[in-house]
Amino acid sequence: MTDALMTVPLTTALFMTEWPILSLLIMLPAVAALIVPLLSGNNAVRWFTFVVMFVDFMIASWLLIIFDNSTAQMQFMESLPWVPSLGIAYKLGIDGVSVLFVFLTALLGWVCVLASWNAIRQRLKEFMICLLAIQSLMLGVFCALDLFLFYVFWEAMLVPMYLIIGIWGGDNRIYAAYKFFLYTLVGSLLFLVGILVLYFAGGRTFDMLTLMEVQYDFDLQLWVFVAFLIAFAVKVPMVPMHTWLPDAHVQAPTAGSIILAGVLLKMGAYGFIRFSLPMLPDASHYFAPLMLSLSAVAIVYGGFLALAQTDIKKLIAYSSVSHMGFITLGLFTFTINGTTGAVIQMFNHGITTGALFLFVGLVYERTHSRDIPSYGGLLKIVPLYGIFFASFLLSSMAVPGTNGFIGEILILAGTFGVNNWAASAAVLGALIGAAYLLGLYRQMLLGPIRVPDGSNMWDLNKRELCCAVPLLVFIFWLGLYPKPFLSILQPTLSHLLGQTVGAAYDGVAS
Amino acid sequence: MMELPVDQTMPEKIRADQIGLDQTTVDLSAVTQSLVASGPEIIIIIGACTALMLSLLPNPRQNQLLAGFSVLMILLAAAMSFFLADYPQTAYAGMFAVDSFSTFFKMILYLGTALTVMMSGKYLLKEGIVQGEYYVLLLFALVGTMIMVSATDLLLIYIGLELQALSIYVLTGFLKADARSNEASLKYIILGAFSSGIFLYGMSLFYGLTGTTNLSEMSSELSNQGLSDPMLTLATLFLLVGLLFKVGAVPFHMWVPDIYQGAPSPITAYLSVASKAAAFAVIIRIFMYDLMALQPIWIVSTAVIAVLTMATGSFVALVQKNIKRMLAYSSIAHAGFLILGLVAGGKDGMASIMLYLLVYTFMMVGIFAVIILLNRGSAAGEPIEDFSGLAKNHAGLAFMSLIFLFSLAGIPPTGGFFAKFYLLAALVDKGHVVLAVIAVLLSAVAAWFYLRIIMLMYVHQPVAPTELQISPSLKVVLLIATVGTLLSGLLPAWLLDFVAGSLPQGIG
Repeated sequence: MTDALMTVPLTTALFMTEWPILSLLIMLPAVAALIVPLLSGNNAVRWFTFVVMFVDFMIASWLLIIFDNSTAQMQFMESLPWVPSLGIAYKLGIDGVSVLFVFLTALLGWVCVLASWNAIRQRLKEFMICLLAIQSLMLGVFCALDLFLFYVFWEAMLVPMYLIIGIWGGDNRIYAAYKFFLYTLVGSLLFLVGILVLYFAGGRTFDMLTLMEVQYDFDLQLWVFVAFLIAFAVKVPMVPMHTWLPDAHVQAPTAGSIILAGVLLKMGAYGFIRFSLPMLPDASHYFAPLMLSLSAVAIVYGGFLALAQTDIKKLIAYSSVSHMGFITLGLFTFTINGTTGAVIQMFNHGITTGALFLFVGLVYERTHSRDIPSYGGLLKIVPLYGIFFASFLLSSMAVPGTNGFIGEILILAGTFGVNNWAASAAVLGALIGAAYLLGLYRQMLLGPIRVPDGSNMWDLNKRELCCAVPLLVFIFWLGLYPKPFLSILQPTLSHLLGQTVGAAYDGVAS
Repeated sequence: MMELPVDQTMPEKIRADQIGLDQTTVDLSAVTQSLVASGPEIIIIIGACTALMLSLLPNPRQNQLLAGFSVLMILLAAAMSFFLADYPQTAYAGMFAVDSFSTFFKMILYLGTALTVMMSGKYLLKEGIVQGEYYVLLLFALVGTMIMVSATDLLLIYIGLELQALSIYVLTGFLKADARSNEASLKYIILGAFSSGIFLYGMSLFYGLTGTTNLSEMSSELSNQGLSDPMLTLATLFLLVGLLFKVGAVPFHMWVPDIYQGAPSPITAYLSVASKAAAFAVIIRIFMYDLMALQPIWIVSTAVIAVLTMATGSFVALVQKNIKRMLAYSSIAHAGFLILGLVAGGKDGMASIMLYLLVYTFMMVGIFAVIILLNRGSAAGEPIEDFSGLAKNHAGLAFMSLIFLFSLAGIPPTGGFFAKFYLLAALVDKGHVVLAVIAVLLSAVAAWFYLRIIMLMYVHQPVAPTELQISPSLKVVLLIATVGTLLSGLLPAWLLDFVAGSLPQGIG
């Protein structure tokens, strides 16, 4: 521990690039959001937003390239005093886990703009402002190294998402928006109280790295863990706090669904990785059986719920509940396989489910129906669409060769031996997953041609291909050659497990 | 020897003798010093009297003239206060203090009153109630609140309280043709008198127990006596109840919704901002500073009151159909939150109340400016549907309302969030984690009704074609409120330093 502390200044100096690259990444969309109102013409707004998002994506890609795989230290650190009298700083930095999510967020950012190109016809300007704002805030969440700053990003994110669902959503959007906002708000506010408790216990600082070094009382850990658990469980979402998700997903516009599934759901799991495991290791061990059980329940229960759906978006939403169960399952095994699988699966889920929602949106744009039985034989009339959609479904099913397989196999490898019951439940869940996803595939893509009345189908155009191809690339890249991604994660996750398990050996587990 | 029984039965007489004694050896420099120390108050009083005379002159642009004159006077007083801030002193034989604490609150009062004046011009024209007395009374109310925050003697506090209350009673009933306004005024007078009576009774008990009305003398007297006297408990509770009445804490909140709804909208804004700030200043000075030792007596009951206040305000606001009535309950909920600061106590508790009040001024004035702008005559009332479809035709205005509402709901990065955060931090620091949890859960309830207005603005269609004429002064109000709300959230450091520098002596 002391060694790590002593090397901090040196590594900080090494990675403190001349450019505040993380601030640039976060501020670019925020500044662009201020410029959008000045533009005139819908096309100008669309192109401007797209270019900004794409530049942001380039910065994130650059970040991934120059990221140093060999260390668990925070990189690209920036620090400015913000409210010095309360120990609040504007402190940014990323490690192996967050760099991946920064990249995912930036990737989905411009995909969302393309997905909304024609789908959003009303108040386009406001929509793009919301997209840019939420982009900036999400990137901020993954980069923040100060708890207060993190919380500000985390909570402020609710506002644009609430507007995206509430203004541009489906018929029942108002109810869904309220539900989303209030569920998340209750969780977040308890999180805030937990943060304050840590703040005073950890010597009046919001600096995450300092707070991670502190050994907290076991009782305090338990209470704070519960507060954090409620916040993160709502976001993940874990059963029984998942009921807002189907409503929000079904009502949200395509871009909103992509962001929700792709990034927002990850934040709950990211919260566990960033706070619960390293700061509250004893409580994490204490609650691990509960977490594993809840995850197993989510996997099976979410799967059965998905099996019963006839609305495509609802089906994918419930499949998310099931898949996110895998992620929390992997995290709370405290094995290197389990946690690596969980983080990989978080990334996968973002790509795959994002892509699925994108494709549901594309078909909805054409037919204005999400009713599964009203479709059939799409592979014959829109082959390109069919092939892409099928690949994404297979990835979601975790077929070998796709990214989903890598994630699930790692999680299962980690779980067997730790908790065989939960692992068996996960296998059962994977089977159910295959059932509903293959069912969806058969109904929509195979069989006699059937489309909803009065709609005309056409195949993917260039713009739509532009969104689909990169997502497909990542699905097979991760499925066939996951090593670059795994090697980014390795040092960070080993360090994390050192923090979690190491402390626990002195405490409860012994 | 003979004087002792006289001393006990007729303390007023002794006091009068003492004053008489002082007058014989009057020190001219002390009088001058007192006059200078109360310079800002004197400026406002002169301004109010001048405004009264100006209002008698026939002038087609009288409304604007008086509004401008009032703002000018407030600015002058503010400059004077600013100047005096460097010379902390007591005046009028220790009854009146000019310290950083009172200066801080005076700044809130100047801000609140000036913004109220600037919101009023157009409103008065629209309602057809242009009368010079409006501004005169508002200035007198300001003097009353200024005396409240500077007074270090219960008697003087009472005088400030009454001067402010009497002015506001009249202003509440200013919509003479509107029955609701009249009703509100009458209700306010009766209940206000009632609460003043309770306050006075508590005061007289304190006088009986300590033989003085001066707070610092009372403090040293009490430290000799201890807290065991049951009469002291009674006195403390009476004094506290009288003040909690003024801030609208449950169960003394019954007057708030009716008065907020019935009063002219700018006056409602004034009530929720300036009156409340002054009352909290008095609460801080008495219960958190001078008579801090009494804390064991009131802390439990105050914690209960705080929770009840937040709960009542949050839940009842959910079902309101009138925007002003809804904001009345919202202001009750906010008062409950502020009372939690009182429970937290200490330096941080005090500072968090002060910060909260300052931020609250910006956001509350902002949302009231929008209400005044949307007002379609008092006959129509102020249904929350007034906000319907605002984003459609007035995107900028809707966005500003969005900021105010999210700030009231305590969502970052607005000032409302930081104020709530700081108060919660003070609570957790003192170990009141359970109270903090209750507070955040109730503020999630409260978020619902702010969201409802945002939904109306952004999702629903306009009910009636709205052509809004934004007067320049209202634009300035909106601008100040928006900038204040946002800056206090984004750059809270300087605000925090300002508050920390304004704590009473011996606390900071």
